[in-house]
Amino acid sequence: MRLRLAIALVAAGIGVALAAAPARAERLIVSVSNHRVTITPNYAGEELVLFGSVERDGDAFAPPSAYDLVVTVSGPPDDFVTRRKERAFGIWVNADSRQFLQVPSYLAIFANRPFDAITSPELQRSLKIGLDHIVLTQRVGTDYADVVASDPFRRAFIRLRTEHGLYRQNTAAVTFLTPTLFRTTIPLPAEVPVGDYDIDIKLLSRGAFVASTSTRFEVVKIGFEQFVANAARQRALFYGLTIVAMALTTGWLASVVFRRD
Amino acid sequence: MQIFLPIADLPVNMFLILAMGMAVGFVSGMFGVGGGFLMTPLLIFVGISPAVAVASVSSHIAASSLTGALSYWRRRAIDPALAFVLLSGGVVGTALGVALFTLLRSLGQLDLTIAVSYVALLSTVGGLMLWEGIGALRHARRGLPPKLRRSGSHGWIHGLPLKMRFKRSKMYLSVIPVIAIGLLIGFVGAVMGIGGAFLLIPMMIYILRVPTSTTIGTAQVLTLATMTMATLLHAVTNHQVDAVLALILMIGGVTGAQFGARAGQRIRGEQLRLLLGLLILSVGIRFAVELVIQPQELFTIREIGTTP
Repeated sequence: MRLRLAIALVAAGIGVALAAAPARAERLIVSVSNHRVTITPNYAGEELVLFGSVERDGDAFAPPSAYDLVVTVSGPPDDFVTRRKERAFGIWVNADSRQFLQVPSYLAIFANRPFDAITSPELQRSLKIGLDHIVLTQRVGTDYADVVASDPFRRAFIRLRTEHGLYRQNTAAVTFLTPTLFRTTIPLPAEVPVGDYDIDIKLLSRGAFVASTSTRFEVVKIGFEQFVANAARQRALFYGLTIVAMALTTGWLASVVFRRD
Repeated sequence: MQIFLPIADLPVNMFLILAMGMAVGFVSGMFGVGGGFLMTPLLIFVGISPAVAVASVSSHIAASSLTGALSYWRRRAIDPALAFVLLSGGVVGTALGVALFTLLRSLGQLDLTIAVSYVALLSTVGGLMLWEGIGALRHARRGLPPKLRRSGSHGWIHGLPLKMRFKRSKMYLSVIPVIAIGLLIGFVGAVMGIGGAFLLIPMMIYILRVPTSTTIGTAQVLTLATMTMATLLHAVTNHQVDAVLALILMIGGVTGAQFGARAGQRIRGEQLRLLLGLLILSVGIRFAVELVIQPQELFTIREIGTTP
């Protein structure tokens, strides 16, 4: 009887331990400094700060120093076409092209140390860690597929977006202030796309995935900028007439102001 | 001072754009041309996409040509009948031009077309003007009287049917070549973002033999109408006209044009043509060099809008 009880207790204990093992007792708590970035006439880029901490329940057994973080910020998805120039008849013309469908218009991937030091290549791939592992769907003819990271169009796409500050990857951008408190800055360039941005934060420890969380912010045009951009798209005729009226008024005013005869 | 352009989607230095508008306005006032062939390349050079540049410059040219047209109207230097016939061709040409612009933009060949057209057109016109200007200068240096235009001579143009009397220009001329020229200028202007005055004026003088007194004023009316229409069509079909950019350009342009016009009156006609020819040719050569030399970056990206 006593033996039976002991076995049952041990079995139950193992069961609980097994059940609890994958869901380790770490949680991520994050906050971004500004949830609404506004584009005003004098907007010329901005920087957001992402703060967060790793909360551990009681006796979590990973030593604090073993945490790694990967932060992925992705802007509103959009379609793009990448074209390659080739020489034809002595001049350089756009020849070949690829369409990228529903890819992030802004992408920033930050970590606290190089990805290879954080985890295995397999896990990097499955967790989409790094610009090489982000899915960039291409349309090739009638097929939709992502291609290998070394594809020239894919590489050119990432390189050009990076040159404009729209794609970036930095494996030293996340800093741990204390073993569990971290911060990183999210730089937004002047040509920032408008829309909703997702921030995905992955916590890893000793090469294994531990926890993840996400937050978001939005970039909006407000006031005059929004009014002009909306009018140009949605009330194109009215917008065009306004521009024409503006041109004619300016021209007429000039002829009155500078009249000499 | 940085200002964010809502359609071009990038911040620019307001004073830089204003200065560019004034500089181009100065040149346009000096030579009596719209200056689009200078403005569009300059905007592309500061990073504004060719589509936005072409579309926004149309409104800038509309503003400056109205200023010009009004002052010629006061001096009765506009032939309304001639302007009207030119316009009927110009309106159709502009619509065709904007349609081609839209098509090329979707095919990804717009930038190339703009560049090739600039090379072909500017090199030819610039070269011809330069040649003619040098000839006239040498002629004048030898102390000979300037060649007179044979106003009475009749070319094949004058044998065409559908003749019409243009009172103020004192001409009796077929409407076919007039409509054709209007069509061509409207078309070229809409595709390239130029008013086309530097093409139209020589064509009116040498092909139609319009008297110089009514040429420039009438050309300004055509430019005003085609560019007004181009602005409207670009706004409706391509949504690429940037109101903020256009306003800065207009203000700079009309101001600069006044000073340019005053400077232009102090220079002799032949020298003025020589200078303009040189300017046009150099812009053409600059585009040619860019086409022939291997670009540093072979790839370009363009947003094509979210597919539903």
